Amino acid sequence: MIPTRETMVVIITFSLLALVPVIASITDVPFYLDLGRRMMILAIGALSLNLIMGYGGMISFGHAVFVGIGAYVVGICAEHEVVSGFIQWPLALLACGIFAVIFGAISLRTRGVYFIMITLALAQMMYFLGVSLDRYGGDDGLPLAEPSYFSGLIDLSEKTSLYYLVFVLLLLCLWICKRLINSRFGMVIQGARSNEARMQAIGFPVFRYQLTAFVIAGVMAGLAGILLANHTEFVNPDMMHWTRSGDLIIMVLLGGMGSLAGPIVGALVFILLEEALSGVTEYWQLIFGPFLILVVLFARGGLLGFLEKRQSPKKTSEGGDD
Amino acid sequence: MVDPHLLFEQLFNGVQYGILLFLLAAGLTLVFGIMDMMNLAHGSLYMLGAYIAATVSLVTDSFLLGIAVALPATLVVGIFLEVVILRKLYDRGHLDQVLATFGMILFFNELVRLIWGPAGIEVPLPSILNQSLTLFSIPLPLYRILVIGVGLAVAGFLYVLVVKTKVGMLIRAGASNREMVGALGIDIKKIFTLVFGLGAALAALAGAMAGPIFAATIGMGENILIQVLVVIVIGGIGSIRGAFVGSLLIGVIEIMGRSFLGDFFKLFLPDNAAETAAPAAASMLIYILMAGVLFFRPQGLFPARSG
Repeated sequence: MIPTRETMVVIITFSLLALVPVIASITDVPFYLDLGRRMMILAIGALSLNLIMGYGGMISFGHAVFVGIGAYVVGICAEHEVVSGFIQWPLALLACGIFAVIFGAISLRTRGVYFIMITLALAQMMYFLGVSLDRYGGDDGLPLAEPSYFSGLIDLSEKTSLYYLVFVLLLLCLWICKRLINSRFGMVIQGARSNEARMQAIGFPVFRYQLTAFVIAGVMAGLAGILLANHTEFVNPDMMHWTRSGDLIIMVLLGGMGSLAGPIVGALVFILLEEALSGVTEYWQLIFGPFLILVVLFARGGLLGFLEKRQSPKKTSEGGDD
Repeated sequence: MVDPHLLFEQLFNGVQYGILLFLLAAGLTLVFGIMDMMNLAHGSLYMLGAYIAATVSLVTDSFLLGIAVALPATLVVGIFLEVVILRKLYDRGHLDQVLATFGMILFFNELVRLIWGPAGIEVPLPSILNQSLTLFSIPLPLYRILVIGVGLAVAGFLYVLVVKTKVGMLIRAGASNREMVGALGIDIKKIFTLVFGLGAALAALAGAMAGPIFAATIGMGENILIQVLVVIVIGGIGSIRGAFVGSLLIGVIEIMGRSFLGDFFKLFLPDNAAETAAPAAASMLIYILMAGVLFFRPQGLFPARSG
């Protein structure tokens, strides 16, 4: 079987990412390591968003809230001197799961524009909650005294091991997404995106399927949050700010929504663009804003969509609006 | 025990804030309702209006002139955005609309930072407006009374426009079935542009009037935008009446919650626990209300008939 272009992209991307620590140590620019790690962490967030947005047609504009919750649980645990990763991580994922069930159950009662606005509002609610948590730094955030401790299994304060841990977890998430999308569950989710009424009529409890997808995505975003807290050694409400959710959406769209590896490519390109543009001018969003508008108007399907189109005609990916 | 004077004063402030929300929500709910368009850049128009009004009134020393310039200027910007960008997005999914208008926000925030610098602008009130009326021995700032008056006038104007005029009839028709209106030979595009321009002007009015109260700052648009979205969701998308009721509700709850939730919590919590919990709870109050409304009425309190 000839690998598709998407597979090629995945192989190339991961090979490059695997080499980043080597390049960083040869060129002696540790910043590359930092950059690569941030890319991969955000790629996990974007992957999880793509699961519900690209495949499920649920346009969540508050997805960063789960990144924030994951990060905050790690931060709050560390603040109370619970540093073991074996406690922190499951707790953080569980918290994200619980919040995702609640938020999902509320938001999924609605469709279309309402869904977008409610996910946005719920995320902002958590943002303001974070701001008002004076005990945990409030607006200024909470420095992480030490990274999650894994009893000598892996040392996360060692930057390269953290890098490869993120690398492996990103691969794992990609694999999980691939398995999910091609499973019966994934088919139901995608079916509900194209025609919810029909899926309902066939007899699938669409709400339950969508809620499950929402929770899986929330937990996966929580993993990104856990890693982000360990990466920046800092937790603040800004992680949940709605512009962060916007960033995640941009990553998914840049890479190509509804393609498996698109969000990863999108996250990489997004961070690179951010770095490159902010190097050119302090007012980089003056360029980035109109760039976004141009992407929306003229480059539908994102980067991977562009590749696919050249290979074979593929339906344009479109949000599952009713 | 809560001081009744303070209670009344804060109720008044809540109504005033609600009126401000209404000026934004009215335009936005029409854009959402009629064009089925997700517009996040509405807050940017509010910010633009505030900055233009602040600059003009500082330069010319005339607050009225500031408003008089900000309104048409923002109207022009709004119409430009509609004709050049947004019009192409009506047939697209909501996601494209979210992304494009998100791009606009980034652009406008950065533009304002480039032109006016990162610090906000304090707008002084003209001395005539900078006094208080006393009602039941409670001093009420004249300016805030004026804001409420203007808001009520706008609400009345919108009511007449939407319910009594031919344009309003077309707007309502467009909200319930846009294709059908087009098929009947009405130039629906012109109506859209008109509605969007009107919304932009109202946003500018809100921004200009907010200047002396909150000062013009970068990001002022987004903070209020989220609350406006809550208003619209609660009121029902496309419904001016819903926007009005929702605005007052959210305005009052937001302001009163911040002032009195602590006292309320103290009734059944120890003092220090109440003081810690109150600010957090107050900032979540309107979202909890929204979740509650949606749980019982997913289409909002006053669902506009949609096709």
